[in-house]
Amino acid sequence: MSEFVRRLATSSLTARVALGIALLLIIGGVFVSIAAFAYGREAARSAYDRLLLGAANDIASAVTVLDGRPTIELPVSAFELLALAPDDRIGYRIIGPEGATLTGYDEISLPDSRQSLSEGFFDGTFFDEPARYAVVSRRFAERTLNGTVRVIVGQTLNAREDMAYDITRKALYVLAATGLAMALLAAVVVRSVLRPLENIAGGLSARDPHDLTPLDTEVPKETEVMISALNGFMARLDRQMNSMRHLISDTAHQLRTPVAALRAQADLFSDEMDISRKERIVERIQTRSASLGRLLDQMLSQALVIHRGDSARRERVDLRDIVLDVFEEGDHAVLKPEMEVLIDIGESPVEVMADVPSLTEALKNLLSNALKYGRSPVRIGASLDGEKVAIWVEDSGPGPEDEVLTALGARFNQAKLSRQSSAGLGLAIAHSVAVSFGGRLLLEKKDGKRFRAALVFAAALEKKT
Amino acid sequence: MTGSSNFLRVLLACLLALGVAGQSSAQEMIKMYGPENANQTLILRSTTDISVFGPVVDDFVRTRPGVNLRYEQWGSNGLYQLTRKECREGQPGADIVISSGVHQMVQLVNDACARSYQSRLTERLPQALKWRDELFGITREPAVIVYNRDLVPAVDIPKTRFDLLDLLRPADTPYAGKVATYDIEQSGLGYLFAFADAQEASTFGALQESLGRSQAIATCCSADIIQGVAEGQYLIAYNVLGSYAQGFQQRDDRIGIVLPSDYTLVLSRALLIPKQAENPGLAAEFLDFLLSPGGTLALRTALLISPMLDSEEGNEGEVLNSTARRPIGLSPALMVALDALTRETFLRRWRTTFPGQ
Repeated sequence: MSEFVRRLATSSLTARVALGIALLLIIGGVFVSIAAFAYGREAARSAYDRLLLGAANDIASAVTVLDGRPTIELPVSAFELLALAPDDRIGYRIIGPEGATLTGYDEISLPDSRQSLSEGFFDGTFFDEPARYAVVSRRFAERTLNGTVRVIVGQTLNAREDMAYDITRKALYVLAATGLAMALLAAVVVRSVLRPLENIAGGLSARDPHDLTPLDTEVPKETEVMISALNGFMARLDRQMNSMRHLISDTAHQLRTPVAALRAQADLFSDEMDISRKERIVERIQTRSASLGRLLDQMLSQALVIHRGDSARRERVDLRDIVLDVFEEGDHAVLKPEMEVLIDIGESPVEVMADVPSLTEALKNLLSNALKYGRSPVRIGASLDGEKVAIWVEDSGPGPEDEVLTALGARFNQAKLSRQSSAGLGLAIAHSVAVSFGGRLLLEKKDGKRFRAALVFAAALEKKT
Repeated sequence: MTGSSNFLRVLLACLLALGVAGQSSAQEMIKMYGPENANQTLILRSTTDISVFGPVVDDFVRTRPGVNLRYEQWGSNGLYQLTRKECREGQPGADIVISSGVHQMVQLVNDACARSYQSRLTERLPQALKWRDELFGITREPAVIVYNRDLVPAVDIPKTRFDLLDLLRPADTPYAGKVATYDIEQSGLGYLFAFADAQEASTFGALQESLGRSQAIATCCSADIIQGVAEGQYLIAYNVLGSYAQGFQQRDDRIGIVLPSDYTLVLSRALLIPKQAENPGLAAEFLDFLLSPGGTLALRTALLISPMLDSEEGNEGEVLNSTARRPIGLSPALMVALDALTRETFLRRWRTTFPGQ
């Protein structure tokens, strides 16, 4: 059975539809046949029962009383009525008031349970053949005769069965015609349903391997799901490829200058004879390599953020946790021990659907920018403002020049990473994270005394309990 | 010899069963056809005179060397009683039963005494000449009026039943006591014709009354009646079987035959193969032979398929309008004729018409 189910799952859609239609027709056919036969039997039964009753009444009305005895001249019309079932034998019996047979077949008897039946029908046999009988009674209240004469008229069942089979047969003809029409329609429908799929497959296989542009969405609704999923997948792939490309070119570009400088210093070092100058050069090499290390860290975290932005699963994150994590890691104490860092978080959770590592990276970068370029004290925090939540870093300096800020905004609006300074790279990472989770990076000056960099998101919906 | 002792037993049983029926209920004659040493014997019981049906049987036996045929001639009532009794008791009897008492044959089929048979030839029979594929009409014989050509003047020859009524109406009619018909109490065929007449037209009541008033003679047997007409004992005979009348006329032209043009009853003798027949295959072959062109020709020669009914020939220039033909169809409605109470009622009326006979 499981083998069958497995094979069914991989069989063609046409085969499935054919199987479905076949099952429908077989089950329907059986039901219709049974129903038609039952209906046919019932129709034949009621039609021929009426004949029987008519004949019985005809005979009963021909009974007369002569010399105190019931007597009869059987009406030929009654038998002609019965002869409408041309191949059926006829049985009849007329029972007098004392229960004696006046005429007809003695063999015909009322069923044991209905000996007193005076009006109605019963099933029996006639010379070993199944037969149907009608009984009617006629009451006599004459001076010479008082009692009931019962007339039993019966007939074998050939005509009834012929009629029932005839009705069934006709119903089956209709069913067969319907089935054929259904099969043809199904074939047409299956072909037309599968055509879009074939078109899609054809379009995909004819594509250039590097072509990741969206597929044509002029397709039936049902396949649109598949197409949009496919397009979404391709867009992600495209974005990731672009990011990688940019990352690689940015990295190459940004590394070239510090590495060239390091080499130049190293060359200077080997040419320098003076010990004190040599020490200064070593100092410079150390500074340079430390900043190169930071640059590399940032690049890696940018790569991480770009990667996670597209691939990581969103979860409910409390921004206060991020703030606490970054603060407790204590990088700032190592980098700039002279700067004071304060935490500013509230009582209530500040939740957003996002990815913890991405947010942590973004906050770290903003914090390190603030430490590098801003003034003490630096405050980090998370806040909830109606529908909006924000995680931010604020220093007590005036912030960058206005034109620099505008230029930064313009660059982010082009949504592309380009050659940038270390500070720019940090902002770029923060911007990427903001965009990945449907938010934005907000840079604002406050009263010329403070500068705040914030990631603003839509608040996560209240958790349903 | 077992055959003959069997026959005696049947005869005895038959006589016992009939009691005081007061008529010839036993077989009237037996004749064997075909070779003595044949390995198969077909028993045929019929109401038809051996002399009439013999040539047809001859034609059948001639083509089958291994078969002989025992032809038993019976009265219709006796044949009916015997066949019915054998059927009820499950005894083997005849292989084929042919009777002019078609109402009795219908009754036998209704009582499940017959065997069903279908062939290409039986399929071609008209619906009225077969019932349930068990009963088959094999002949076409009109019921005719026979008159004495010397004693009945041409103007008096009755062409219709109305003519006959008019002939009998005057109080001093010369036909009083000179019109004969079957005694329907004795003759199954006569009863059948009378019954069919009663169904067919309202004239029958008047005719019956008229026959009674003119002291018509009710007697038995086609041959006696026709002989009586030829000899002048009767002047007119009503409802005589046409095949016998025409056969007689071919030997003796003192009689004339009229097919009543208001309507003419046409009888088809019915054939059935009893349920317990010992040679049903051979019996079926015989039936097919009778329905085949060869058999039809033999029946036509024997006048059992009456040439008088062919509109192009006719008898003495008589042409019977085909709408006036009333075949007695093989339908269960004929059972009415045999119903005991109905028969009694019918006969009671008959007796009041023909008192003292």
